[in-house]
Formats: sequence, structure tokens, C-alpha cells
Amino acid sequence: MYQVEDATQLSENVYQIWVNAPQVARHARAGQFLIIRVDETGERIPLTISATKGDSVRVIYMAVGKTTELLATKKKGDVLADIVGPLGTPSEIKNYGTVVVIGGGVGIASTPIIAREAKEAGNHVIGIIGARNKDLLILEDEMEEVCDELFITTDDGSKGVHGFASTVLEGLLKERTIDCVWIVGPAIMMKVTSRVTIPYKVKTFVSLNPIMVDGTGMCGSCRVTVGGETKFACVDGPEFDAHQVDFDSLMQRQRMYTDEEKEAREHFHHHDHHGGCGCCGGKH
Amino acid sequence: MAKEVKDFTEVNKGLTEENAVLEALRCMSCVRPTCVKGCPVGIDIPAFIQKVAEKDFEGAAAVIKADNMLPAICGRVCPQESQCEGACILAKKEKPVAVGALERYVADWEREHGTKLPAVAEPTGKHVAVVGSGPAGLTAAAELARFGHEVTVFESLHEAGGVLTYGIPEFRLPKAIVKAEIEQVKALGVEIRLNHLVGRSVPVEELLGYDAVFLGTGAGLPYFMGIEGENLNGVYSANEFLTRVNLMHANCFPEFDTPVKRGCKVVVVGGGNVAMDAARVARRLGAAVTLVYRRREEDLPARAVEVKNAHEEGVEFLCCANPVRIVGETAVEGVECVRMEMCEVDASGRPKPTCIEGSEFTLEADVFIEAIGQGPNPLLVSMIPGLERARRGNLVVDEDGRTTVARVYAAGDAATGAATVIWAMGSAKTAAAAIDKALKEE
Repeated sequence: MYQVEDATQLSENVYQIWVNAPQVARHARAGQFLIIRVDETGERIPLTISATKGDSVRVIYMAVGKTTELLATKKKGDVLADIVGPLGTPSEIKNYGTVVVIGGGVGIASTPIIAREAKEAGNHVIGIIGARNKDLLILEDEMEEVCDELFITTDDGSKGVHGFASTVLEGLLKERTIDCVWIVGPAIMMKVTSRVTIPYKVKTFVSLNPIMVDGTGMCGSCRVTVGGETKFACVDGPEFDAHQVDFDSLMQRQRMYTDEEKEAREHFHHHDHHGGCGCCGGKH
Repeated sequence: MAKEVKDFTEVNKGLTEENAVLEALRCMSCVRPTCVKGCPVGIDIPAFIQKVAEKDFEGAAAVIKADNMLPAICGRVCPQESQCEGACILAKKEKPVAVGALERYVADWEREHGTKLPAVAEPTGKHVAVVGSGPAGLTAAAELARFGHEVTVFESLHEAGGVLTYGIPEFRLPKAIVKAEIEQVKALGVEIRLNHLVGRSVPVEELLGYDAVFLGTGAGLPYFMGIEGENLNGVYSANEFLTRVNLMHANCFPEFDTPVKRGCKVVVVGGGNVAMDAARVARRLGAAVTLVYRRREEDLPARAVEVKNAHEEGVEFLCCANPVRIVGETAVEGVECVRMEMCEVDASGRPKPTCIEGSEFTLEADVFIEAIGQGPNPLLVSMIPGLERARRGNLVVDEDGRTTVARVYAAGDAATGAATVIWAMGSAKTAAAAIDKALKEE
């Protein structure tokens, strides 16, 4: 069992949780993720590692489905059934020169750890964090601290630049040399934003978030098409060359269980306890 | 519809005590027992059967466990017909002694009447890391623990057992039995660390710091056909489909949170035991199931009993056909196949199937499961410097399981390529003996 050390709400529907998981915390690198199973009947959900401190690891997530809603009820002292990680190949960090690290919405969670490692590798680090409105912006202080420059964008103009991260990125590409870009956010945001760097031929990484089960290359659920080849995001990624990714196929596969997700949420909201199927062994 | 396709309870109910004793009495107690030679882990079969005939089930269990710590599992999933029973002297005249059913009877009897552990040697002070808790890893761990070594098993999933847990369905191998036999291995002093992916949660340098390392990482990498439409929603590898149901209990969704597409019309491609498992699981989830196999029915590599059960449970077999394209907009709507004909015998000694031009036809389907084989998971082995792999990705090992890296051994599917539970166990026993010898010579 893995103990929750701290849990707080960061914005509407967005939560952070610190969990004691020494084997993850000690070895985690930028770009990697972990898999959480909240309880004995839970599914395995992949979440990006957002920070580590001693034996603890932080993840930030949006409560959008049954599992994340349940996770949001966990408080300090509660336990989670399982955590495995770090999983995935770490970000390809080296001294590129000037790099831009972009986070969209809850995807901002992944950016401080990348920005920090990029900075330590000697890069000039520019951060861009964007959200629908100012209340949905997270980790502004952390990004402020670790980046050489930080831009903020909101879709509604309530803070920073009125517009999208892609707007700011385009401006930067026009006025100076950018050597590498990371983009983490919803698939559609990564698709749109990464197109901006194509004409400038700038190496651009995106962190893909397909549906996953084991996270170790065993089931093939997370297969994505990159450069016309099938790759497993859990072991070959989750970061890939944005210009080679088939985002449409990714988004289609992300929607595979839309109906089941709705059913699971309804079940969660209408049932206080499990039972009836015989699988639970009367434990719930 | 046959009764057993509605639920996941065990299909084969096993022997009664009376039948077990009667069956044991058929054994000829051969002076040079060929059955033992046919057993990859070398159980003293005549000795345990003699004990069954005497109704000394506790004694029978002790004989089996001297060579095999997973008897209730082996009694259920071993291909006995091509091993002990195939080698039985009676097989030439009439029916062989039902060694598998007897092994299962003894193991089940012992589990219900209180288990006794085999002897464990004095601690040697040596510490061995075992990667993977499937049949190979559990067997190596049990052997090494009995030799007196301290053993730590690393398992990346949240449950131990490897393919026994995520792959083989409940109706063929109840998970309570897998758990009970894993508890027996743990009772020998073996520590199993779940949720530890070696190479990620445990750095390779740390792994290589053990006195010896045993790699039992299996063959978990699913192969895909590489045909059009493979990324449509509703296309599964058998690994994923079976993992969702066996490990994550997707058959109990939404009581359990992991979903699976049950499908109305499921097409499974492949002809091995994994294909049979996937087809039979899909039947239990309520679908009409067609199994497409490119050779003839008599060429099916699955065990005859699995094929028979699949037939009885209503799985349709479409042999001499092969999928060439998966049809659909965003989700599977059908599977386009071609007819195959058998030509001259190929390198494997089987007739080579060839497409018949212009014979395309489309099967209606909403779920498509690919069960065309697995390769060794490349993740860890690619991280260990100097570890050589053969052409198909499996580890290069000598007859004792030594890899090309000092103090690192491997067995099971990781070394031999996808095979059976018992072959994995047999090779793991050999490697464990070699590790023990090497550690004691130091």
C-alpha cells in the first residue's frame, strides 16, 4: 500500500497528490510517468510524474472520470493500492541551446520537471503555460522559478496573452533561434501547437497519453503511429517527435471507451459499495 | 449453448477420490519409467502414483513437491498428452495413466487438507534476484530458496504469477489456486516485490549487484499482423484482451473499473492455446466468436482438449483463411479475409499456407483479437550491457541457462521463445541448479 502524504485542489477539477513511493521517487526523470491503482477493484491509470521529493512523488490530474474522481477524495494518511514506476523513456534532455517548454491545461503538471532538467543541462529555458482562463492556470510559481522567461496565455484573456500557447510560440520562432520545443497538453492542443514549429524545422517533442493497461510493453493498448510505424507509448515513449505523430489516430483511440467511462461514472455516483458480481469476495 | 460458456468457473471438475485411486492402480510402476523422462521437471511419477494408490495423498504431495512447487497449476495446464502421458507405456496399447489429473487431484487434496513445505537448506548468505514472477521466475525462486539462498523476486504488475495470472483464464486455471501456490513459494522464504519494473524502478546496476540474477521475463511482447485498420477501436492483442479480463476483471465491469469491448461478433486470429483462451473468454462475454486460422484444423497448434472445449462452447472455426484488412471508420466493422491453400511442406515441417488470389470475403465483426504470438519483452534486456539476443529477440543461453553476461541466467519464454508453462519451469530448474552450483563454488 502506498500512503498519501499530501493532497490539495489546485483549480477547478484539478488536484495534486503526493504519495510515498520510494522506488518511483528515487529513479524518476523528466518525461516519465507512473501507474496508479486506487483500490482493489480499480483500473490502472497512467499519470505523468510532476515532481519528486525524497521518497515521495507528485502527480497532478483532472477529475474527469470515475477513477480520478475517486482519487480526488483521497486525503493525507489514506492509502492507494498500487503505484508502479517510473515508466517510459525519460525526456531526451541535452544542451540544445534555447528550448521552449509548453504546458496546456493540466499538461502544465509535467513542465517544471522538464524545464528544470533542461536548465541543469545548460539550456536557456523559455516556459509557456496556457489555460482556458486564469483560474485554471497551475504551477505558475514553479515555472517562474525554474524558467529563464515565462509566458502565460489564456483563451479568454483573463491573464497574460489573450490566445493560445501556439500564438506565443509562433512569435518566439519569428524573432529568435529556438533549438528544441516540448509540448504537453491535450492531444488536440499538441497537434495544433506542434504544427507551428514545422516550417522552422525545430525539434519538437510531445508527450502522448493514450489508453494504457500494464505500461510495460505487454498489452499493446497504447500503440501509436509515429512516422508510419507502430510504437508503444508506454515503453518507446511517452515522448515522441511531434512532426511524426499521427494525432488523429491517437485521438480516435483515446475515445474508445467513452461509453464505458460514462457508465462507470454513473455507477460510481449511484452505488456506495461494490457487490453482486461475485468478484469482490465480499470485501467491499 | 453449452452450460459452461455463461460463467468463468472452472470447466474441468477433476477426479473424485475413488476415481483417482482406481486410475492410480492402472500404473504399471515401470522399472525404467518413460513418463519421468517425458516430464520437463522430472517428477518421480510412479512414486507419487503409488502413494495415491495407497491413499497416502500427503505422501504423494511430498513426492511431487520435491520436484515441482506448482502442482495444482501444472496438473491443469500442462500438455500431458505430449509429455508424461504421451510417454506412458500404456499409451501404446490403451489409454495412458491420467498423470495430469492425478497430479491435480493430489495438489487439490493437499491444499484442502493443509500443506506441508519441503525442506529448506541452511542459509548460504548469497542473495539472488529473480526478475518476473511467472512460471519460470517462481520455479527458480522456489529452487534457489530451497538451496538456502536469499531470493528477491521483482514483479512489475500488482499481482504475482505472470502469464498464470494475466494470461490463462479463470475457467482453465482458477486464480485462487495460482495465489495459493505462490503463497507456498513465499513460505519458503522468497520475497516478492510487486510493482517493481526492473530497469526502471530498480536500476540495472542495482540488479547486477546481486550474487546472481535470474531473468524470467517471459514472452509478453504482443505481435501484430501489420494489416490495415489495426488501430481501429475494438482491435486487441490477445494479451490486452486477456489481461483486461483475467487480471483486471473487466468481465465484472462496472463493479471493477476496467472496461473491455465485449462485442456481438468477435473474430480471433491464431491457432494456439492463447487464441483458444481469447475465443473462449469472448464467448463468456456473450459474443458470437469466429476463430480464423490460416492452416487446416488438424494443424492447429493448440492442445486438442482446448480445441475440443472451444468447439463445445460454440466457437466457430474458420480454417484455411487469413485476415488481410480490418474494415471500419473509427471502430471495427468487419474483417476482410482471404482463403488459403496448403502447398509444399515448409521449414517447420508443416504445409505452407498460400493465399488464393481473388478469394477475399468479409466477416462482420465489432471486435478483432490478434493471437498470433508473442516475443520476449525487450525493455530490460536491452538495458543490460553485453546481453546477447538471438534473431527473434530471445536471450542467448547455454544448456544451463547462462546468458552472455556473467552471473546472469535466463530461462522460460525469455530464453526459449513462447512455449509452455512446464517447459519454462523445467528450464528454470536447470538454471537454478547451475546458479546454486556456481554460488557454492565461489
